[in-house]
Amino acid sequence: MQTQANFVALGTIVRREIARILRIWGQTLLPPAITMTLYFFIFGNMIGARIGEMQPGISYIDFIVPGLIMMSVIQNAYGNISSSFFGSKFGRYVEEMLVSPMPSWVILSGYVLGAVVRGLLVGAIVLGVAMFFTHIRLHHVFVTLTTFLLTAVVFALAGFVNAVYAKKFDDIAIVPTFILTPLTYLGGVFYPLASLGEPWHTISLANPIVYMVNAFRYGLLGVSDVNLVAAYAVMLAAAAILAVFGLYLLKRGVGMRA
Amino acid sequence: MSSFPALDVRNLTKTYANGVNALKGVSLCVEPGDFFALLGPNGAGKSTLIGILSSLVNASGGEADVFGRSIHADRGGAMQLIGLVPQEINFNQFETPFDICVNQAGFYGIPRRIACERAEKYLNQLSLWEKKGVASRTLSGGMKRRLMIARAMMNEPRLLILDEPTAGVDIEIRRSMWKFVSEINRAGTTVILTTHYLEEAEQLCRNIAIIDKGSIIENTSMKRLLAKLDVETFVLDVVAVPEALPTVDGVRLTPVDAHTLEAEMSRTHDLNSLFAALSANGIVVTSMRNKANRLEELFVRLVENNQGKAA
Repeated sequence: MQTQANFVALGTIVRREIARILRIWGQTLLPPAITMTLYFFIFGNMIGARIGEMQPGISYIDFIVPGLIMMSVIQNAYGNISSSFFGSKFGRYVEEMLVSPMPSWVILSGYVLGAVVRGLLVGAIVLGVAMFFTHIRLHHVFVTLTTFLLTAVVFALAGFVNAVYAKKFDDIAIVPTFILTPLTYLGGVFYPLASLGEPWHTISLANPIVYMVNAFRYGLLGVSDVNLVAAYAVMLAAAAILAVFGLYLLKRGVGMRA
Repeated sequence: MSSFPALDVRNLTKTYANGVNALKGVSLCVEPGDFFALLGPNGAGKSTLIGILSSLVNASGGEADVFGRSIHADRGGAMQLIGLVPQEINFNQFETPFDICVNQAGFYGIPRRIACERAEKYLNQLSLWEKKGVASRTLSGGMKRRLMIARAMMNEPRLLILDEPTAGVDIEIRRSMWKFVSEINRAGTTVILTTHYLEEAEQLCRNIAIIDKGSIIENTSMKRLLAKLDVETFVLDVVAVPEALPTVDGVRLTPVDAHTLEAEMSRTHDLNSLFAALSANGIVVTSMRNKANRLEELFVRLVENNQGKAA
């Protein structure tokens, strides 16, 4: 009975998150479509044509497609949960959930699933845009899907932690601007790691986004700069640590309960 | 019927991070089916107590059970039985009243079909059904208050906590809200009310606790509390207040303006001697009323006494 009630509660949060994503589609779904079209057009089509093949049989535009999809997924999963959960704190309607019998894991899972759905929608839009510029075929469905899901989950959880600690709207913009964007751009989206000399190559391996982009690239193109096992280990460890931390914050009511 | 009290609070304490002792060992018992007033001046600890009961504030110590279920050891079970109408508007103003109600039911694990039926029932009962599809930010202040009551009813709680639900609401809407709350109380729901409108508490509640500076300073039935009031003040409208007021045994007469007198006397004092003295001195009384609501007088006195003790 309790399990059924928890699933109803989980479904309610996910439904509310999806309704929010669709209600403000001009802020959630349209911008990545426009931005990625420009990326594909400028970097892929115009500049990429002059760069040639990155590896035998893989053009520059094909090479950057996985990274650009991951970039969208990361930014949107993170942005969805940080703005939605912080909004619920700011508007105090987080209290609707806190006064209910819902356990903390249901609240966290609901928000994370909402963010994963937005990541999925945006990823599909970006992939759709990419198909106008290139003709990618899935190399490995399992790796593609699991990398996509794990990446969305990791950054949704990170966005949740950010939202918990945020006290004003500026606080949820700082991490994406000063941490996420540099890490993504330096995460092998636009270039192979092999093209970096030392110590930059080794330093890059400390960037978790490198593993996500490369695992996804393996799923789509069959090439990767990192070991796939290491990539899964990084993603799973990050997801586990952030999930435990997120649950701890919810249970303690940090930033929510007096 | 449950043999447990609706609410059993034992030695509840709360010290905030800034060192403020908001609750200093509060103990309280509310029987099932009661309409209970929790009164206190601003900053007395009412909202902290309600916050702890509804799991919005972490207690520093003590225990509280809702119908026998501990808010700490069985938080989920206890919360399932509580409905909260908070002091401040706390719903998503971009959502519709219908969605707000249905989502709230969902958070309590109530299946969507039942949630939709209940949303229709309570929005209708609170005269909000016509507004079910509008963004709730467009509702008037009174409608927003009623929406919070409808939302709190979605899990059909056995204990409904109303934290100043009529603040800033006009008299007509206040009356309709009290009619609704009185009906659900008659139907068996225990109600705890905090309000600054003491005539509301006097009219609606059977039992009362007064909290001040984090401690309960009075906890009794409304009848017993009102019986403690030994002095009453009347306001007399007169044709003209003479320069020299008559002396009446056991009555203190004070002029307010050229046409108004105040008479303070023991509750057991007869009014006939007052009127006889006024007539004998040519003072014509055109109307008379109580200066303040009886509960208000008691409340002010109790809080002042408590503050005197603390000083």
